[in-house]
Amino acid sequence: MKPTSETELAEMIRAADGPLCIQGAGTRDLSCDGDVLDATGLSGVTLYDPGALTLVAGAGTTLTEVENLLAKEGQRLAFEPRRLNALLGSAGETTLGGIVATNSAGPARIGLGNCADHLLGVRFVNGRGEIVKNGGRVMKNVTGYDLVKLMAGSHGTLGVLTEVSLKVLPKPETEATLAINAGGLKGLSAMTTALASPYEVTGASLLDGKVYLRIEGFTDSVDYRCRKLKTIVGAIADVALLEAEASCGLWKDVCNIKPLQHCEYVWKMNMKPTAIFSGFLAAASQVFKFETMLDYSGGQCWIGMTSDQAMFAAAEVSGVTPQDGAVGFHQSMQEAVSDETVNEGGGGDVQFIKAPESIWPLVSRFQPQSSALARIQSGLRAQFDPRGILNAGLMG
Amino acid sequence: MQMPQPDARVLARKDRIIARLRSALPNCPVISDPRELHAYECDALTAYRCPPMCVVLPGSTEEVSAALRICHEEQAPVVPRGAGTSLAGGALPTADSVIIGVARLNRFLETDYTNRFIRVQTGVTNLSVTGQVQEDGFFYAPDPSSQLACAIAGNIAMNSGGAHCLKYGVTTNNLLGVTMVMMDGEVVEIGGEYPDAGGGLNLLGLICGSEGQLGIVTEATLRILHAPEGARPVMIGFDSNEVAGECVSDIIRAGILPVAIEFMDRPCIRACEAFAKAGYPDVEALLIVEVEGSEDEINHQLSLIKDIAMKHNPAEFRESTSSEESAAIWLGRKSAFGAMGQINDYMCLDGTIPVSELPYVLRRIGEMSKDYGLDVANVFHAGDGNMHPLILFDANKPGDLELCEEFGADILKLCVEVGGCLTGEHGVGVEKRDLMDHQYAPVDIEAQLRVKDVFDPAWLLNSAKVFPLAHTENRRKGALPPSAS
Repeated sequence: MKPTSETELAEMIRAADGPLCIQGAGTRDLSCDGDVLDATGLSGVTLYDPGALTLVAGAGTTLTEVENLLAKEGQRLAFEPRRLNALLGSAGETTLGGIVATNSAGPARIGLGNCADHLLGVRFVNGRGEIVKNGGRVMKNVTGYDLVKLMAGSHGTLGVLTEVSLKVLPKPETEATLAINAGGLKGLSAMTTALASPYEVTGASLLDGKVYLRIEGFTDSVDYRCRKLKTIVGAIADVALLEAEASCGLWKDVCNIKPLQHCEYVWKMNMKPTAIFSGFLAAASQVFKFETMLDYSGGQCWIGMTSDQAMFAAAEVSGVTPQDGAVGFHQSMQEAVSDETVNEGGGGDVQFIKAPESIWPLVSRFQPQSSALARIQSGLRAQFDPRGILNAGLMG
Repeated sequence: MQMPQPDARVLARKDRIIARLRSALPNCPVISDPRELHAYECDALTAYRCPPMCVVLPGSTEEVSAALRICHEEQAPVVPRGAGTSLAGGALPTADSVIIGVARLNRFLETDYTNRFIRVQTGVTNLSVTGQVQEDGFFYAPDPSSQLACAIAGNIAMNSGGAHCLKYGVTTNNLLGVTMVMMDGEVVEIGGEYPDAGGGLNLLGLICGSEGQLGIVTEATLRILHAPEGARPVMIGFDSNEVAGECVSDIIRAGILPVAIEFMDRPCIRACEAFAKAGYPDVEALLIVEVEGSEDEINHQLSLIKDIAMKHNPAEFRESTSSEESAAIWLGRKSAFGAMGQINDYMCLDGTIPVSELPYVLRRIGEMSKDYGLDVANVFHAGDGNMHPLILFDANKPGDLELCEEFGADILKLCVEVGGCLTGEHGVGVEKRDLMDHQYAPVDIEAQLRVKDVFDPAWLLNSAKVFPLAHTENRRKGALPPSAS
């Protein structure tokens, strides 16, 4: 099914007599059981007001189209949505609906916020086949409940997005990156020091034993802040400077998780930075073999396992195949992040992002919720989608 | 504005309810003396008043939970209260309600500079959060005008903003986690100590701005940021609102993102000048634009802003060269509400419009002001289109308040008409409740009511607010909504 209008979509949902699998371009490998409902037909930019920093577009509009349009006015989507094509080997063009439904946000998250922070309004069709709107196209809006925020990251379980309004921001004149020769706790210290400075870091990542810190803005300001930051973090380890072009390429790779694309299995873990380093990585690296890329100043850890590494994990979890190893590792991570001795009392979550398809029936890809929160969430799902037909298998 | 009739069955149980609260909460003030209840009969929307049945001031999450459990069992309506600074009547009681106030929840629980958060009980004031971390160079970004007095609990309930949110966002963008007590007394932890915590549906984003209708937030984890090296404003005066509006748009399009762009019109400038004597020029429109960074960065950004402003032939361009001059530029703006209060009673509105509609909306407000015979002064956050028209009226003159309300409603309808909304940062409360039908279709409102059905199925928590009473009547009377059958 591929509706081309909101009304048509509403009719299709009302008429559905079984589960529906809501898809944008399908770049994120989040399919589930049911008839495929392809939302890419609901596309096109309906309003772009550069002076008001606002863009309204159909949920099926591609990210590329939006980025090209914004670039003409020297603007951009500040939350830096991730494209996972390279990581997952998926075809297709990431859509706005997919970005909103997964609340995607790249390295700029630490300074500029996530997709939900920039989402001003939504229109969607719920599981009852009703067309609902919430929010609007202005930056400050507290009129009624904020269903806009609720829809961001709901993975199509509450409704099918038809139109989204986004706040956009000016594209900085230039950028540069400091590369600091520091991994592990020393790397965390470099990132923490940088974020506890007034120099407005818009990317802090740790990859292959090096910390990368991004600075964006007017040329003189970028020079100045790089110089200042270099003095501070230079006390921790050697620092090199990446000029605009190299910086831009590096962050594109970080944003799209390219460094882990050779891994068969990939996870995304969120916790307090100190808990990721001292609570999780310190313990897990004693037992398992895996690769990591840290984003959000250490608060988001992307974890990858090759088949060999998963085979190694299998032995640790009394399994025999790489898949057994990956499943066991996944379960041990889900337990770890909800253990207060690991998460330091601040909570944690892990999501299984990439694996051969045969693994999905064996695992819960999303972090299991506490019983109280699970009850609220299933209550909300029952209100938005009483028949339980929208992406029924996702989010527990 | 109507409030529902108090429930006679609840009023009949008043003595028992108060006795149960006192017995379950021996260390907690339970106020029922009518003289003391006067302090709680309204919030900062003083036009509407009604003393509650009683007031409970718990000192812990457990006490909030115990109080709510009793109210739930007794089916007594509950009105949560922060510092009582709501301009929308968010804390207005009904005669059959129990107020649960967070004033005694005033402890700072944890400050973590490594992971950049602070955890507080929600009775602490907004400004005191920054006060707690500023010696170490940090600050809490949302800065509502009432920040000296308003509580974090109220900030979360209303998703409060402030002058500096063009760059730093509003409460929801700076909130990491909450401890919340549901109407039946159950305590839930939502979010955590890092951004987007939890991995499930975004309940935190839903709670923030839900006007105390989904639960009472007793503890909050807030994002703190390192303060910039410095900040400095310029003042730009124009002979027309249109040109001032174009200047705002041009600054934004040039890729400069000031931390604040404040806009005042002539009536407001004159009133502020008479009150604060800040040396403001007598012009049609005044912009205060503030930028941040090092000295060099500030100079660079201000020179770009100056170039843009000069293209619009400003009547005045005043750059601050010292902290005294900066303070003088802000003085008038920060005195705006006091200045208007000295002239007369006033009602402060809070609609948001697309920035491009600014000149049209200001012109229409001017025309309506003549029609209604009531003066209006406009002061607002121009960067994000959040307007605060202040309508002057005389509370002692019969009919003036009603006329003012009618005028205010027309302005807010105009905001919606041009693509904006009824409220940008104050909340709906009771003030804008009956205008919700102008913003949303019945199906949009029903989708929101169904959310409350999940958190508070008996519709006891602050239930007479936000949504027009006709939409909620069956639910408040305990009839099952069609959706839950």
